[in-house]
Amino acid sequence: MIRIEARPSTPRAMTLGIPVLSALIALALAAIPLLAAGANPIAAYGEMLRGVFGSVFAVSEMLTRATPLIFTGLAAALAFRARLWNIGAEGQLYLGAMAAVAVGSGALDIPGLFLLPLIVVLGAAAGAAGMVVPTFLKVRFGADEVVTTLLLNFIILIFLQMMLEGPLQDPMGLGWPQSAPVLDQGMLPPLMDRMRVHAGLIVALVLAVLAQFMLARSVWGFRLRAVGENAAAARHAGIGVNRSLFGVAILSGGLAGLAGVSEVAGLKGYLTADLSPGFGYTGIVVAMLAGLSPAGVVIAALFIASVFVGADSMSRAMGVSSFLADLVVSMSLLCVLVGGFIARYRLVWVRAGKAAR
Amino acid sequence: MTDHTVLRLNGLSKRFGTVLANDDVSLALHRGEVLALLGENGAGKTTLMNMLFGHYLPDAGTVQVAGPDGVLAPLPLGHPQAALAAGIGMVHQHFTLAENLNALDNITLGSEPLRALRRDRKSARQKIEGIIARSGLSAPLNVPVGRLSVGECQRVEILKALYRDARILVLDEPTAVLTPQEADTLFDNIKAMTRDGLSVIFISHKLREVLAFSDRIAVLRHGRKVGEMATADADEGAIARMMVGADTPKVAREAMAPGAPVLQLQGVTVPGRSPRDTLTDVTMTVHAHEILGIAGISGNGQSALARVISGLAVPQNGTIRVGEEQIARPGPATMVRAGVGRIPEDRHHEGIVGAMSVAENMVIERLDDPSVQARGLLRRGAIRAHAEALARAYDVRGPGVDARARLLSGGNIQKLILARVFEHAPRLILANQPTRGLDMGAAAEVGRRLLQARARGAGVVLISEDLDEVLSLADRILVIRDGQLVDTHSHDRERIGLMMAGEPA
Amino acid sequence: MMDLLNILLSESFWAASLRIATPLIFGVLGALICERAGVLNLGIEGIFVVGAMSGWMAVWLGAGLWGGVLVAALAGAFFGLLHAILTVPLGLSQHVSGLGITLFATSVSYFSYRTALPNVSSPPRIEPFQPLDVPILSDLPFLGPVLFQQTALTWLALLMVALVWYVMNRTALGVAIQAVGDNPDSVDAQGLSVYGLRMGAIVAGSALMALGGAFLTMSAFDAFFFGMVNGRGWVCIALVIFASWRPGKALLGALLFGAFDALQVRLQAEMGALVPGQIFLMVPYILSIIALVLTARSADYPRALLTPWFKGQR
Repeated sequence: MIRIEARPSTPRAMTLGIPVLSALIALALAAIPLLAAGANPIAAYGEMLRGVFGSVFAVSEMLTRATPLIFTGLAAALAFRARLWNIGAEGQLYLGAMAAVAVGSGALDIPGLFLLPLIVVLGAAAGAAGMVVPTFLKVRFGADEVVTTLLLNFIILIFLQMMLEGPLQDPMGLGWPQSAPVLDQGMLPPLMDRMRVHAGLIVALVLAVLAQFMLARSVWGFRLRAVGENAAAARHAGIGVNRSLFGVAILSGGLAGLAGVSEVAGLKGYLTADLSPGFGYTGIVVAMLAGLSPAGVVIAALFIASVFVGADSMSRAMGVSSFLADLVVSMSLLCVLVGGFIARYRLVWVRAGKAAR
Repeated sequence: MTDHTVLRLNGLSKRFGTVLANDDVSLALHRGEVLALLGENGAGKTTLMNMLFGHYLPDAGTVQVAGPDGVLAPLPLGHPQAALAAGIGMVHQHFTLAENLNALDNITLGSEPLRALRRDRKSARQKIEGIIARSGLSAPLNVPVGRLSVGECQRVEILKALYRDARILVLDEPTAVLTPQEADTLFDNIKAMTRDGLSVIFISHKLREVLAFSDRIAVLRHGRKVGEMATADADEGAIARMMVGADTPKVAREAMAPGAPVLQLQGVTVPGRSPRDTLTDVTMTVHAHEILGIAGISGNGQSALARVISGLAVPQNGTIRVGEEQIARPGPATMVRAGVGRIPEDRHHEGIVGAMSVAENMVIERLDDPSVQARGLLRRGAIRAHAEALARAYDVRGPGVDARARLLSGGNIQKLILARVFEHAPRLILANQPTRGLDMGAAAEVGRRLLQARARGAGVVLISEDLDEVLSLADRILVIRDGQLVDTHSHDRERIGLMMAGEPA
Repeated sequence: MMDLLNILLSESFWAASLRIATPLIFGVLGALICERAGVLNLGIEGIFVVGAMSGWMAVWLGAGLWGGVLVAALAGAFFGLLHAILTVPLGLSQHVSGLGITLFATSVSYFSYRTALPNVSSPPRIEPFQPLDVPILSDLPFLGPVLFQQTALTWLALLMVALVWYVMNRTALGVAIQAVGDNPDSVDAQGLSVYGLRMGAIVAGSALMALGGAFLTMSAFDAFFFGMVNGRGWVCIALVIFASWRPGKALLGALLFGAFDALQVRLQAEMGALVPGQIFLMVPYILSIIALVLTARSADYPRALLTPWFKGQR
């Protein structure tokens, strides 16, 4: 008979090692679908590595891919820390992107010194608004934010299509559902010549460091941790639980909005309805792999971005579906979940009637 | 009473982590007898019974149970199903009832095969009604259990066991939730059933009822059996010493004249979904140098009263005054600022954030204080030093102030909360069930601290379901019943018991 | 507004409503069983996808329509079992595990589909379920034509409502499932297996969810598309709260949702010139949120929902 026993404390090596191990196990498990697709796994892993680290361009692509994932990963990590289940980063991302093109693609022709900050602030505000609504519905009516944020994703996506066929549509776009391009002075500058990696990455990294610091060292972070770990005790101690929730909702939604800003004003230049291949949902995986730590989010985002970029390149070379990347990502989430169990509990084998001293 | 043995526990041992909850305990139960398992909180009584019933697997030891033929046979351990089949029924301290189902469904749960396409509720009902008629334990069968009273729930629990043809009944602290009078009725019913051959083990830490209702007494201390005797030969003082290992120090309590009012509730009404969290037109005053005891059976509005004083509930009507100050917008932070120290009922759930450090839990109520923060950033060094000093002063033992608070034992968690509360010399202290679940040493420490605060000039509201605790600590005693307070004007146990039951005294 | 009345009184409108409601009926019933046992199953969206893909794939490979239904149910049960293992004996976060299952089931489905059909521009079609002519019933006025247009899977969904109601309320198994979702200790104390009941409920509920997906590819449409589930699973999670975890009200909720959805399609056709069509597309999702907001506070949640239970720890 197996008994589950809580560990008094989790060894530090485990806290750090489990996410890494989970990611590696998920990668190893990818051999099964690779074999099923008739590909040689060793060769496929080789292609993936080359696709990510084979050239400066490849690395730049990986960093470009990681940028929105750091934003959405932070969005999920902060919200989850407060036990606010924001599954709506995908929608909030698009809200941010819509705000960015609404002001950035010609509505205001002002110098970049003013336009760029305006785009960033409005994008973040739009994303924040997208999370404040479900938080209000949760606090006021008790409506589960998981369901409301998930449903809002679909509503926002439909709203986006409406905007792209209406007010936000590019008049020069030959009727395609896409926005006019963001003005040049409103774009986040690229970090390297002829590479796609852009200043959004720097913003993301700075915010990750800031979040890490504030969470551990500030009174705000203390309150947020207390609310997330035990809301009843936090309330009893005089911490404004709802206030903390709204605070983290604004930050989380704002970060997701910034992911949209960074994609539009850093990478694509204009907005389409397929701007995000699920960055919002993948951000949840990033956050979980990171153990909800902002610093960890950066590393996890780099890993997940590598998987996507590597799988894309492998797919082109070997003809295996690039959905393989989604498989690896989802499997790493499940692995890290099980890893979390191993970190918190241990299994003890016991036999009846036998002394186990 | 015959001498026929129906149950034998042989050398049961159980270890949880580093704690040896039971150490080589052996017991025998005879047919038709009431055996009292006596011991203070944490002595290992419940663990022992949970092993008997298969909820825990012992590390060592065996159990033998007599079949219907009276022959002892080994009981497979770790399987509640096996214990049930062997005729052992257990009534847990925390009821194991599904509140969304009615009593009939709760009682028959598990007795019918899950594969059956239909149920025979009619014959089940007949059987239950037969048992009710014989035992006198009545409860409504068709109402969702969530709507029954505590006493009714307990009777449903016993019916559950009897329905499964239990020949051995284990009752874990059955009177904890009953008035003294209700408890008497329960024991009368049990006595009647033992005459029909039922054997009963009842777990208790109340010496009084053990002496009154058992045939035999076994005493546990620190997981070990330290004594066993026939109740007729038992000497109260000797058993008490056996339970605690030494004579209990009597709390020294000097008389004091009450000072100015520190808390005044005037016509406070709190609506609630159930009587448990309802207060109706409550008026009370607590003075400096005074401990006001609130006695009552669980679920009569104690938690609503505590929520009002801690600032968690906003009254619909009425006023709250702390000292001279009328509290306009009640809230936990407001109450802390007004000088109210709060010791919550459920220390794990409301008292601490288990995943945060001991040091952080010590400052959680004072995050705006300049000793805790500067410009929004935590002063981690100061917080740590403060925690070290406080842990020493209040003897909070554990793996250190940086460790997660959930790693502390229950007694040390309570000391942490006491330290946090008493450090700031509050003028009013709310102590809600402050000694529940603590061992005697830790409980005595809580009492000593409360008396110290009273001597210093604080007023104390002591809410407790343990009447003995209220009687020994309080200067004045109010009874809470159906969300209303009644002054007892006395320290008379019998009288207060009747008032708790809502009878005219 | 005569138009609205005409729509509401037309047989085709109600036939469409019932058709749209069918996958939701399966989904809400599945979610209901899981939640009654105390476990939230956010894997539902992915299980819909896997049901849609695997059922379709089986038929496309020649298994026959009912063979496809069986394959879909088994695939759903498999992912349900995964969720059950993670959330019941391991007691992991039901939220995160469910989302993980959704991501995993979706990517498995998409990857398998792409791998089996690497280079198709238009998705291959199967011969889907045809409307079922039930003698006598189809001759009823109004109701006859409404039901007459439905396929066997819709009939199966209606049958499932009755079956789930019967099992939940009239059998010892159903009573035990309700008990384990309210207070697992009550079940454990009576010698029943908490793990067994919960895991069984999740597996069975997930199989039902997958049938909702299978309906999409085998009855509503005749092919599999990426993104075809489109939030239907999440809608079910909102509807089960609206339904207070009762099968009868689940049917009602799904039908109401279907009716609103059918209505928006018709209104869109009539008023498309005046307002953008997307406004109407949003309506069902907005209604789900409104239903949730209106019912959340008063909802009688299974008390043990989201709370893991470990044997020997109380």
